[in-house]
Amino acid sequence: MPPVPTLSEAESKVRLAAHGVPFLPEHDVTDVDAAVAAADELGYPVVAKLNGDAIAHKTERGLVRLGLADAGAVRVAATELLAAATPDDGDVSVLVAPMVRSNREFICGVATDEQFGPTVLLGVGGILAEAIADVSLRLAPITRADAEDMIDDLATQALLGDFRGEAAVDRDQLIDVLLGLSAAVTDDASIRSIDLNPILIHDGAPVAVDALVEVA
Amino acid sequence: MPTITDAQFEALFNPRGVLIAGASTHPGKFGFVSLHNLLASGYQGKVFATNRDGAEVLGVQSVADVADLPDGEIDLVFVCTPASYNPELLRAVAAKGVKAAFLTSAGYGEAGEEGRKAQDELIALAESLGVLIAGPNGQGVVSTPADLCAQIVAPYPPAGGIGVASQSGNFVSSFMNWSTQTGVGISRAVSAGNAAMVTVPDYLGWYAGDDATRVGLAYLEGITDGRAVYDAFRGITPDMPLVVVKGGATAGGAKAAASHTGSLAADDKVFDGAMRQAGVNRAATVEEAFDAAATFATQPLPKGNRVVVMTTAGGWGVVTADAIHESSLDLIDLPEDLTSAIDEHLPPRWSRNNPVDLAGGETRDTVPTVMRLIAEHPDVDAVIYLGLGIQHNQGRMMERGRFYPDHGLERIVAYHERQDRRFAEAAAEISADTGKPILCATELATADPENAGPKAIRESGRLCYGSGNRAVTALDHLWRYVSWRRRHLDD
Repeated sequence: MPPVPTLSEAESKVRLAAHGVPFLPEHDVTDVDAAVAAADELGYPVVAKLNGDAIAHKTERGLVRLGLADAGAVRVAATELLAAATPDDGDVSVLVAPMVRSNREFICGVATDEQFGPTVLLGVGGILAEAIADVSLRLAPITRADAEDMIDDLATQALLGDFRGEAAVDRDQLIDVLLGLSAAVTDDASIRSIDLNPILIHDGAPVAVDALVEVA
Repeated sequence: MPTITDAQFEALFNPRGVLIAGASTHPGKFGFVSLHNLLASGYQGKVFATNRDGAEVLGVQSVADVADLPDGEIDLVFVCTPASYNPELLRAVAAKGVKAAFLTSAGYGEAGEEGRKAQDELIALAESLGVLIAGPNGQGVVSTPADLCAQIVAPYPPAGGIGVASQSGNFVSSFMNWSTQTGVGISRAVSAGNAAMVTVPDYLGWYAGDDATRVGLAYLEGITDGRAVYDAFRGITPDMPLVVVKGGATAGGAKAAASHTGSLAADDKVFDGAMRQAGVNRAATVEEAFDAAATFATQPLPKGNRVVVMTTAGGWGVVTADAIHESSLDLIDLPEDLTSAIDEHLPPRWSRNNPVDLAGGETRDTVPTVMRLIAEHPDVDAVIYLGLGIQHNQGRMMERGRFYPDHGLERIVAYHERQDRRFAEAAAEISADTGKPILCATELATADPENAGPKAIRESGRLCYGSGNRAVTALDHLWRYVSWRRRHLDD
């Protein structure tokens, strides 16, 4: 168990959405048939992930199934994911969400600094994120102007424009993500940290495909 | 924490009378040096001293007992006595009307558990007596509007618009040494020492409302309450630009373990973000910090980021252009009408581009004329001038050589000297006329301070930048402050 309790992905998203952080429509289901019905409604391809309060590192455990192209693939994936749950995971469910592809990744989040208190972060994401360390932080709460500054602060400005055939990042929507994170940590004192990682760019819109909230 | 009153700050920075407590007859002791520095720098108020034996020191008749001093004539006590004596001293001087004390004394918060206890008790006592405590364990306070140099170290800088507050006394000296060297003056300077009662942000907060101070310059290290520092700075920057250089890591750093965001949010990134958010100009080095503060203090703020570089030789211009490309400034394409206007004054070989390379085509009036054409153009927000001092550099060599003053050398040397002086004066004059920053850069600022170019800039009260790169960095600080104001304050 991590030292600080984490919320499940689904509950993290519900909490953050209440403060204005935008997410894609997705379904949180508990059996295989419901997973297939959800995928039919969303349209293919979809992603299926095992969801639970104690599941903080899904990718490392192989609990994320990407690019499921039809009902048969969803049925197999949902069956395997539910079977992979261990007793330590507690109550689990399957998250079915639209599949988003993106050539670039960002990370947004909240971290609590001992000196400065809660901070909002925007950074270049992906597997090289920590090596590149192209991030900008501000103290929560932030203003719209602060959010604009954060975007301007990033050294890798090329990732924000038209990129490898993808549309430029919609700045206003990215600002909304940052303001939503700020509102969440400002309004909810129990939140210690938030990870929206990765944030993908879908038709210019920043889309948080995963969310992890740590609470005190 | 009680609020420090304006009257207490006035007592510290504009005292009507100063008492040196613990004056010494030994010229190696702080109690002698502080009295010396106070008297030697021309302080006009009344000066008093205490000394165990009531000795005369530097012509000042000291007293052994504070009770023998007049009432209501002393605002500031400069304390060189041992920590153990200070509570008694504080009570006695408060009875005489003293409102501020600068403590050089060591043996307080920096000296372990016992020292911390003594410090807490002293501050509690001072609060009950209504006395501001600066320090303890600091080097002193300088206030040029009051001709006040109450410190145990040199120098006493020229008067000007930079207000210094530092957690390290040595950096106060550094900033004041640069002030002395460059001629860009200081308004107030204080070494916060242990900052037991008054912190660096507190001093800067007072500077923000001080007419003599145009910019705050601070050195920080070992921050223990980052959020309070942020709040204080964010309250200051709308009224006064603030240049900060920081040493060391913050005391924090413990992050939630499972968070990826936490591992990316390194201490310095948090500090850096907080400073940007507060509209603070953070400098990477103390040299950069002084350059930036000196520029805030002596140049008008730019209204845009469009820069023209004017140079008497190619290489300087090229490297300076590179630096501009790496900054938030814009090396604009020369407007056509400006190019045509400059054509009238230069031979056809000039660059016809930005940087404006005069290509050695100058006659007597070329530099001031072209500089004015550039600065007055509505599409130009700032000018950087490279190559000041070249003429007099040759003049200085001729003057020292064995052929001087014959062969027409006396006349040409005087001409070169006049010309470089004129160029420097033109830069200040055109800047004042247009309300646009004009920065002159040459290594002669330090290589040969007696060169007429840098010398005249010094006399104009502005900064002569050591290189084109340093001018670009300083101007970039001004533009980033203006940009912050526009986005965050609706300027």
